Amino acid sequence: MGRQVPIVDYLVLDDGPPHLVAGRCRGCGALYFDRRNGCARCFGTDFERVPLATEGTVRSFTIVHRAAPGVPVPYASAIVGLDGGGLVKANVVHTPADPEHVGLGMRVRLTTFPAGHDREGTEAVAFGFEPA
Amino acid sequence: MDATGTVAPSDATAGDEVWVLGAAMTRFGRYPDQDLIDLGAAAANAALADGGVSMADIDVLGAGNLYEAGSGVGQRLQKQIGQTGIPVYNVANACATGATAIRCVYMAIKAGEADMGLAVGFEKMGKMGLLGAKPPSGEAEAFEPSGRYGSVMSVEGRLGTTLMPGVFAQAGMEYAYENGGVGFEQFAKVAEKNHRNSTLNPLAQYRKEFSLDEIMGAPMMAYPNTVLMCCPTGDGGAAVVLVSGERLRSLSDEQQARAVRIGASVMTSDPWTEGDQVQPDVNTLTRQAASRAYEISGVDPSDLDLVELHDCFATAELIHYDNLGLCAPGEAGKFIEEGGPERDGPTPVNVSGGLISKGHPLGATGVANVYEVTTHLRGEAGDRQIPGARVGLTHVIGLGSACCVHVLEKANA
Repeated sequence: MGRQVPIVDYLVLDDGPPHLVAGRCRGCGALYFDRRNGCARCFGTDFERVPLATEGTVRSFTIVHRAAPGVPVPYASAIVGLDGGGLVKANVVHTPADPEHVGLGMRVRLTTFPAGHDREGTEAVAFGFEPA
Repeated sequence: MDATGTVAPSDATAGDEVWVLGAAMTRFGRYPDQDLIDLGAAAANAALADGGVSMADIDVLGAGNLYEAGSGVGQRLQKQIGQTGIPVYNVANACATGATAIRCVYMAIKAGEADMGLAVGFEKMGKMGLLGAKPPSGEAEAFEPSGRYGSVMSVEGRLGTTLMPGVFAQAGMEYAYENGGVGFEQFAKVAEKNHRNSTLNPLAQYRKEFSLDEIMGAPMMAYPNTVLMCCPTGDGGAAVVLVSGERLRSLSDEQQARAVRIGASVMTSDPWTEGDQVQPDVNTLTRQAASRAYEISGVDPSDLDLVELHDCFATAELIHYDNLGLCAPGEAGKFIEEGGPERDGPTPVNVSGGLISKGHPLGATGVANVYEVTTHLRGEAGDRQIPGARVGLTHVIGLGSACCVHVLEKANA
């Protein structure tokens, strides 16, 4: 198998089962996925890296039918509340992208899928959520 | 207000008050033969004429535009309507751009630096299609993490959607998750109302009524928003002349009689919330702006005779019923079902047709809302007039986010 890289740096592929990590503010516990200059909630600057749960609940979703060129449609975009904390946006996969199969409150778990290759053959791996 | 409908004097001395003296807008639509400055000049000159003043009276200019921001739009406008050396504030604040221009003028008058000012919101978008939809970048030579998320490629469509129809769909669906009685049909009813309202507004980009079935059966953009539940892109300009209470009293009886008092002018940005880290949280900053505007003006949501709110998508309008306190908490679905925001309901919302049908030339929107409410409070709204309107509210959101709320009152100078 060729080399793999995560599509974003908060997806961890090389430390046990694939999972997400967040930067947690040591001052107030706020969670962030991006590189931070400080905490937007308490202004602290001290963060720790914490793994997040791989299961959660769909708090919101949409079925996208009109997208940027090159993006396959329809697909389901959802906001998932992870068990134990953390909100994340991702596609709901491995189920038809329609409101009969994707629903509010549905239980989901993290999965991964190939997102593309570069010319050196490295595969980018994205994450999504599938029905649990 | 007391039982006679008279607005009580506010705590501020009359001289501190700011009034709308003149207001105008172009019809929103497509203007292939006019440039941005044509649209701004048409609106500005009409607002000055409406207020019975000229550029010679104007002490400050707020110029709101998004797509040509950085090109000195205010100064380009002055070169066509009058170069008098006054300060110009060119502002860009997403879809709250126009309202931000109004706030620049408002603050200058409040600060005592100006007696009278002109705020113009103008935009020329043309047919832009889906905003932010970039073509694919092609195969990378070698993946290299970049940006604050260390992404190796575009995540749009791979890690959910960040484009507008989907973002606002998810905002609406989150409300549906947290509150009962809200689904596709309730969201569609918002669009049904606004399209119907626009048939009465000669300034609306579209003036066509659609049945609920037609709306729900239209091509889906991002469930539950069909294309008839999304605002169009377009061109247009809107302008208001603001004046201090003191200066207003030196003007004619007719000017004073038509002037509309700004009971509150509030702007917020999004405070930290957990949800705001995933996609812009359009609720919390709206709630904070509304709450502050009600407190400053002494107006209760139940006093409002009409509201023009930011219905960029049908899903957005519904959640703002709750955010602005127009319905009981959690009951936005019930509110639309019972006809609460209809023209003849307790709180008419978007009688102009809203962004969905009146149109949404981004920089003009926050000024056009103030034009609309002002026109009703003056009793000059023609076929779409809300009879006896005395108090109204405007609301805009620029994603990312900025929120402006204005409370406008019919009162005596």
